[in-house]
Amino acid sequence: MSPGRIVAVVPAYNEAGAVGRVVDEIRAASPEVEVVVVDDASTDGTAAVAEARGATVLRLPFNVGIGGAVQTGFRYALEQEFDRAIRLDGDGQHDASEIPKLLEPLERGDADLVIGSRFVDDGASYRPPFARRLGIRVFARLVSLLGGQRVTDTTSGFIALDRAGIELFAREYPHDYPEVEATLVALRSGLRLSQVQVEMRERETGTSSITFVRSLYYIVKVLLALLVASLRRYPRLEGAGR
Amino acid sequence: MLELVRGRRLKERYALLWLATGVVLLVLSAWRGGLNTIAGWLGVTSYPPAVLFAVATLFILLVLLHYSTVISKLTDENVELAQRIALLEERVGRSASTAPRSPAD
Repeated sequence: MSPGRIVAVVPAYNEAGAVGRVVDEIRAASPEVEVVVVDDASTDGTAAVAEARGATVLRLPFNVGIGGAVQTGFRYALEQEFDRAIRLDGDGQHDASEIPKLLEPLERGDADLVIGSRFVDDGASYRPPFARRLGIRVFARLVSLLGGQRVTDTTSGFIALDRAGIELFAREYPHDYPEVEATLVALRSGLRLSQVQVEMRERETGTSSITFVRSLYYIVKVLLALLVASLRRYPRLEGAGR
Repeated sequence: MLELVRGRRLKERYALLWLATGVVLLVLSAWRGGLNTIAGWLGVTSYPPAVLFAVATLFILLVLLHYSTVISKLTDENVELAQRIALLEERVGRSASTAPRSPAD
């Protein structure tokens, strides 16, 4: 099955230091992919940097958060009728050379959503601090339970979608701390999920916005979101399972 | 209240609600006999005005709940608008750069 047109969605908020490199890497590793940087109302000229490197840039009029920004990219993908969409974060943590690995299950027709997981092969080289690891495992177990399929990395934003996936996420994508909930939403909508082992890099520039209090809030919020997501009914997506 | 509605800062339906609640609370606070009777029905005997506070609190909570749902909906709609604007501006930017120059330029 030929891949057709592929788009790389790169959400970015104040990543002027890293986004240029991300765009370059994608274009170098996979030149057939159209790079779309979604600028979430950055104040440091991120959009200009991306545009100068040849990316298509979607500029949001005000900050909507990572979920909203990523969804913007998927809406674009839907509107422009791309066959495949990949998401890489604008801070450089996702490695563009792993893109073919992510696309492979889609090409084989085995899945509609592919997640680049750091934990498929039981850890590999990524050893986050204990608390974080515990948290990730708890969420993974929970989503696996609620979704009916084993999920190993629920906070990974490194994903690839086929048309069914694009259609779902363009229409419906959680806005706060989305990755965990999005996986569950996809599973409950009948999308087929596949996971591939990837390595991620440390954040290049800028600081992570996670503090302890925010982590606590995050945990509660995600648990609640998962609860709601598991209780809602989801229309079966036609085209999923094809 | 009237000024707020006239000035379009308060929708009529909310004005009605606030007015009605205001009247009820006002009447009950002035008419001691009525307050005592109602308190009696509810089993509140030691301090009847507590009923007043309970009613006011309940009303406030309901209004807050309502506002939460309104805000949630507005947020979602707002985000969608932002997204569509981003998409539109990109599309306009593309056609602007390829469009023939108008005589005015």
